[in-house]
Amino acid sequence: MSTHFFGDTTALLGRSLRHISRSPDTIITTTIMPIAFMLMFVYVFGGAINTGSGSYVNYLLPGILLITIASGISYTAFRLFTDLKGGIFERFQSMPISRSSVLWAHVLTSLVANLISLVVVVLVALLMGFRTPAGVAAWLGVAAILLLFTLALTWVAVIPGLTAKTVDGASAFSYPLIFLPFVSSAFVPTDTMPGPLRLFAENQPVTSIVNAIRALFTQQPVGVDLWIALAWCVAILLAAYAFAMNIYRRKIS
Amino acid sequence: MTTQHVIHVKGLEKSYKELRVLRGVDFSVVRGSIFALLGSNGAGKTTAVKILSTLLKPDAGSAAVNGFDVATQPADVRESISLTGQFAAVDEILTGRENLMLVARLRRLKNPGEIADDLLRRFSLTEAGARRVATYSGGMRRRLDIAMSLIGDPPVIFLDEPTTGLDPQARIEVWQAVRELAANGTTVLLTTQYLDEAEQLADRIAILHQGRIIVNGTLEELKQLLPPAKVEYIEKQPTLEEIFLSLVSDHGKHRVKDPR
Repeated sequence: MSTHFFGDTTALLGRSLRHISRSPDTIITTTIMPIAFMLMFVYVFGGAINTGSGSYVNYLLPGILLITIASGISYTAFRLFTDLKGGIFERFQSMPISRSSVLWAHVLTSLVANLISLVVVVLVALLMGFRTPAGVAAWLGVAAILLLFTLALTWVAVIPGLTAKTVDGASAFSYPLIFLPFVSSAFVPTDTMPGPLRLFAENQPVTSIVNAIRALFTQQPVGVDLWIALAWCVAILLAAYAFAMNIYRRKIS
Repeated sequence: MTTQHVIHVKGLEKSYKELRVLRGVDFSVVRGSIFALLGSNGAGKTTAVKILSTLLKPDAGSAAVNGFDVATQPADVRESISLTGQFAAVDEILTGRENLMLVARLRRLKNPGEIADDLLRRFSLTEAGARRVATYSGGMRRRLDIAMSLIGDPPVIFLDEPTTGLDPQARIEVWQAVRELAANGTTVLLTTQYLDEAEQLADRIAILHQGRIIVNGTLEELKQLLPPAKVEYIEKQPTLEEIFLSLVSDHGKHRVKDPR
């Protein structure tokens, strides 16, 4: 890693943050689907769903937050793809700058953009009656899990951003990620699902992450779910980072 | 290799799978000169520029820029060059001034704001400086692109087809900018498919054809390759370009009469 890494990343981060501040529609389109899901599930289906606990919006919010992130990270793929096609990527690569800072600037921008989207979704949830006894420590815990999940999925998004042939290809990868929470404990308890589906639902990353966040919000002990959730996030992060960097190195050499 | 030669290319080869784009390219460029790589589409001009600017690795042969080998000292090469690629490498969402400041910051220069304002002035973009680049015309975009390449005064500048897609006025503006660069001691390697562009700008012209340099010399030397000049008397008609430029020129110096 070059000595210029931090300075270069800061300069490039300033650039892509301007992209967000000048196109706030990216925040709106990121949050519109999770908010629509939340409205539909709370007011249309929610009455018929028995979660065994109190308010359904309280039950639902953790999964909705993960959907928000899954929908937000596709913009990282889109921005990276646009840079590659437009020629500015080649300009950066022919300049005496730290080469990995080009990717890191996009990744950090994704963290900021998703944080804003998450705040918007939480505010809507509060309007819809979401309440939590969680204190500052629990909120920080939730924020840390969401941030780690965003970081991991953003590095996943870097892969199509670098390899896609068309702009649609660059963002289409996120659809399966958006629907993964449906086959988890995010919307309904998993114990009503038939055998194999239940097995998948209970052992896929979304369930443990949702359960950990739900426990923090309801002030319950997080138990083993937190460690499984963290293990999933770190594993996805490391695998996606290694894979993306490998593609990037081959691309720039 | 003499120290006079700031670019030195020897036996350069590059293939994309079956397609042999460069089949042994040799040339040298003297410091402070304008060197034109002339060739039709697909002749390998862009590939040669990408190798020289460390974006691609050659399959065989060697290339040195400012005394640094592109394969073994790419970081030093990048310190010595600027690349203006075939497509204007500007950020559409940022303003012209912000684009310039970004490059100045990445080159770790002090006073990026001052540098940006100075370049906006030199390239007649001061009024457009605060506007987003998405609103710029093709010529303005190209000028901004070249201005971005000048930041940090790199000794060598690569211009890959700098005037492709520009209208005649914008072309002349770009030509003027390139001449000023060379006058200040910068070495310019430009690729072009326009014969008149090479003729107007270059101290030396090399013709790249099917992956090899088939001719390399000054314009005078190239002229000698053809049959000797004949003296003929021809009525000198204005070219369409001359007519167009005189009609649209702001100053109206060569105002032509309405034929009706």
